Amino acid sequence: MATEPKVFIPDREIDCIGLFCPMPIVKTREAIQLMRPGELLAMLSDDPASDADMRSWCQITGNELVEVSREGGVYRFLVRKTR
Amino acid sequence: MRPFLEAGIGNPSAPHSLGSEARESLEAARAKVARLVGGAAPGVIFTSGATEANNLAIRGVALRGGDRPRHVVTSAAEHISVLNACRDLEKARGTVSILPVDAEGRVDPEAVRRALRPETVLVSIGAACAEIGTLQPLGDIARITRAAGVPLHVDAVGALGRVPIAGETVGLDLVTLSSNDLYGPPGAGALWVRPGIKLLPQMLGGGQEGGYRSGTENLPALVGLGVAAELMRAEAGHGEPARLAALRDRFVDALAASIPDCRLTGSRAVRLPHHASFVLRGVKADSVLLDLDLCGVAASSGSACAQWTGTPSHVLRAIGCAPEEMEGSLCFTLGRWSTLAEVDAVLERLPPIVARLRALALPAPR
Repeated sequence: MATEPKVFIPDREIDCIGLFCPMPIVKTREAIQLMRPGELLAMLSDDPASDADMRSWCQITGNELVEVSREGGVYRFLVRKTR
Repeated sequence: MRPFLEAGIGNPSAPHSLGSEARESLEAARAKVARLVGGAAPGVIFTSGATEANNLAIRGVALRGGDRPRHVVTSAAEHISVLNACRDLEKARGTVSILPVDAEGRVDPEAVRRALRPETVLVSIGAACAEIGTLQPLGDIARITRAAGVPLHVDAVGALGRVPIAGETVGLDLVTLSSNDLYGPPGAGALWVRPGIKLLPQMLGGGQEGGYRSGTENLPALVGLGVAAELMRAEAGHGEPARLAALRDRFVDALAASIPDCRLTGSRAVRLPHHASFVLRGVKADSVLLDLDLCGVAASSGSACAQWTGTPSHVLRAIGCAPEEMEGSLCFTLGRWSTLAEVDAVLERLPPIVARLRALALPAPR
């Protein structure tokens, strides 16, 4: 029996399209600081480096990288604030 | 610079006598910058700084020639303005090869050769890595790019005026420089371009700077840049790089001896004469920098980006630093006014700061 893919609804979304390293991470950090633990942030970026940067940032900060998707040249990262 | 700030200032593009005076001053600054680069004066395009010059070089060369496959080669240890300008090309059907560097941050010239493709339009390798000080084997890389007919862009910030860079004779095609790196006013810089290399302008308007960088030139800053370039060249002829290298060596040796688990990053021998960078285990760079600032020492962690984002710097990652080392990255630069007494003062103050912070970071005894 096929299971329905889980759909995450972000509490906040930031658009970093057109920005380059380090700005997507800087803006993600700023947004996360204003959120509550457990809430979900969606960040959109077309910087080719942001995939590696976001994985590294989430690992270091302990925030959970819930999902990474890519459509065309645009990444969508879903991050859950952990604490 | 002062007369250009205090008295009436002409527009170098204007036909009146004030304009012509301004034009002469601008051209004199251009000649001085060209002499420092070691290239022809008409090749100097004044910009707002090194970031703009790097963007103009990379985008200007790569995006010229309409819709075509374009491939650019750079390295993992480049300045973020080079890396971001290269990555942006990927949005315009471009591809980028980011070459790895060795544990000292050096690019292998043979790797440059292997990365070249028929559609390669530019190789961009910095003369020195600002974060870890290592100098790149530019002569060897230039021989390869020259033989392949691919333009070589060199971001020479940090190196120019401190290590010999003879742009035209070595075979460099585009050279980036920054005024503030030469003790000149900030907000000014230049891209030197070998005659015959064509660029797509990145700033469109009235056609200043040979049409490659429109907009009225910042005359006071550029006159300052010219004087700074001339002073730098004179100083290099009078042994300033050797004086700085001797101070640097004393600093590096003494610091490594007085702080346990303190490792020099970058090359020991083939590095910028005024540059010393370290990784220290068991401390956070921010805390050390704050304590140093309190005793009047201005140092950095080497990467502003890393400081903003709280993530390890791309250069330290590229040279394979251990994650526990990356947090304790320190970068010291010496300058025209640095003295032996100042170096010794840092050597006296830094070890107790590190020892205190390490003791604080230790888990409390149970």
